[in-house]
Amino acid sequence: MIEWVNSIVQGILLGGLYALFAAGLSLIFGVMRLVNIAHGDLIILAAYMGLTTIVMLGVHPFVALLIVIPLMAGFGYVLQRGLLNQTLGDDILPPLLVTFGLSVIIQNALLEIYTADPQKLNGGLIETASIPVGGLAIGILPLVTFAIAIVVIAGLQWVFYATAIGRGFRAVSDNQDIAQLMGLNKAHVYGLAMALALGVVAIAGILLGMRTSFDPSIGAGRLIFGFEAVIIGGLGNLWGTLAGGVILGVAQTIGAKIDPGWQLLAGHIAFLVVLALRPNGLFPRVEH
Amino acid sequence: MSMPSVTRATPASRAALFIGLVVLVVLALGPYWAGRADMRLMSEIFLYLALACIWNLMAGYAGLVSVGQQAFVGFGGYMLFALTIFGGLHPVPAIIVGGFLAAALSIPIATLIFRLKGAYFAIGTWVVAEVFRLSFAQIQSLGGGSGSSLPVAIVKEIGAKKATREANSYWLALGAAVIVLLAVYFFLRSRRGLALTAIRDSEVAASGLGIDIWRTKLEVYVIASAFTAIIGGLIFLQKLRISPDAAFSVNDWTAFVIFIVVIGGIGTLEGPIIGTLVFFALRETLADFGTFYLMVLGLVAIVVMLKAPKGLWGLVRDRFDLELFPLSYRVRFPKDEEGS
Repeated sequence: MIEWVNSIVQGILLGGLYALFAAGLSLIFGVMRLVNIAHGDLIILAAYMGLTTIVMLGVHPFVALLIVIPLMAGFGYVLQRGLLNQTLGDDILPPLLVTFGLSVIIQNALLEIYTADPQKLNGGLIETASIPVGGLAIGILPLVTFAIAIVVIAGLQWVFYATAIGRGFRAVSDNQDIAQLMGLNKAHVYGLAMALALGVVAIAGILLGMRTSFDPSIGAGRLIFGFEAVIIGGLGNLWGTLAGGVILGVAQTIGAKIDPGWQLLAGHIAFLVVLALRPNGLFPRVEH
Repeated sequence: MSMPSVTRATPASRAALFIGLVVLVVLALGPYWAGRADMRLMSEIFLYLALACIWNLMAGYAGLVSVGQQAFVGFGGYMLFALTIFGGLHPVPAIIVGGFLAAALSIPIATLIFRLKGAYFAIGTWVVAEVFRLSFAQIQSLGGGSGSSLPVAIVKEIGAKKATREANSYWLALGAAVIVLLAVYFFLRSRRGLALTAIRDSEVAASGLGIDIWRTKLEVYVIASAFTAIIGGLIFLQKLRISPDAAFSVNDWTAFVIFIVVIGGIGTLEGPIIGTLVFFALRETLADFGTFYLMVLGLVAIVVMLKAPKGLWGLVRDRFDLELFPLSYRVRFPKDEEGS
């Protein structure tokens, strides 16, 4: 019995990481209807940036965040204005194919630079430390990850609904042409949204790198987890994304408990069941 | 006064038909003039051409941008292995039965993932492919995660001697590519093809004219799944070995196919042919550079998408008004009225 409770608790905490994978996807889809196929590869890129920072400066992964977040955010702004803005329009094919091409480029560039050897970010004591709660041992790192996910989503929610930038995001999302008439530069607003999304990606990448080993090929899997969390939670709902991540995480850890080979399969099946029963996700945003 | 007439054929399309037939005869005689390595390469080209035509029908005409076609390539491959090893079938009927099974399986899948729109549909197809990969990795009798080889006795059913076997699987690949190309061509020329072209140009207008969009898309998805599984069976008949990672590889069976169609020209029948030739020319030239070649491929696809979204064939067609596969109608005026 206690083992099942343990699986569920681990799954909930794992869900925090998946919510971080998903938050960036959800954000840019909400603002500019862009689905970024390279999202997972960008998470892995952030993890490798963290690795290089840690090796060069000899700092803890959390300190490396101070360097990786601004770097990724800057990269996001340049990427959006230099490349992705040109793909936006009524046709879904250009953004899909350009980000698909980007995914292949990032993946192979990482392979060229860092080789296919699995790497890990050394977090030191925090990786193994745990607190005992009623017979369970709850790892500090998963707990911290989950707390960070809540803070990040609350932060995004605050940016969206309580700041001038967020007002710009919502304005271009509702009607980009009128927003432009009202004096917003939509190219710049989109750039800022991508910068924010890749800032979150940087956090997700570093936390992933501390939790498990990674190599250049695993980006696609992270994209799929993030995507599933977004759809389970309901498109356009950030807190729903956290719930989606938790459901996916719990499905995976319970699947793994039944048979180690079923971990990923159980997560995908949970996603397909939600899609069959509630096509708009469990917590769809109310359309005004 | 003579009336203007409506035709589909043009001098260019008649010339293309003639040249196409000559090329087909030369290719059909391949086993008599080509070396073993060339035949292997050409078989691979034919099978990629077929995959590209199918993906083009889905994405270029039906608006079904799938990045999960590897689900059906791998399924077809695994059905070849399962039906020959456990069902005792000859490989060729096994591959065809695999196609029918894929068609049956694609209907419940479509009812699920058609709920996702646009790019989300794309990633949904990818999830389905992952489910396929993880499920086949669980089947221990087919080798589980490490895969299995086609037993020698079954391989010999394709041809007792190595040379016969290689010739037969070459002809199977060529035949499959020709059948897929012709099937897509005649489908597009039919009444349903007209509906599909209308959907491509405007879903709203097509639905206003009484076209059942969901049903038309479903038909395309089912046909595409069946053909993709058959091509998958042929691919693994060439390889003689299957594993979940190879069978359900997103790079091999979807990314490359998408790049082929985009570079050649999406939404045309000529595009996949040009794209396949360009892809293999690039691959054979740059293959020695390993990962660098894949980065170049990704870059070429991005540049083509941004600078020439209709692909290489789109550039040619805009400039010369050429159409090698006569699909559109042209109004032709009698000579004496021309220019008036």
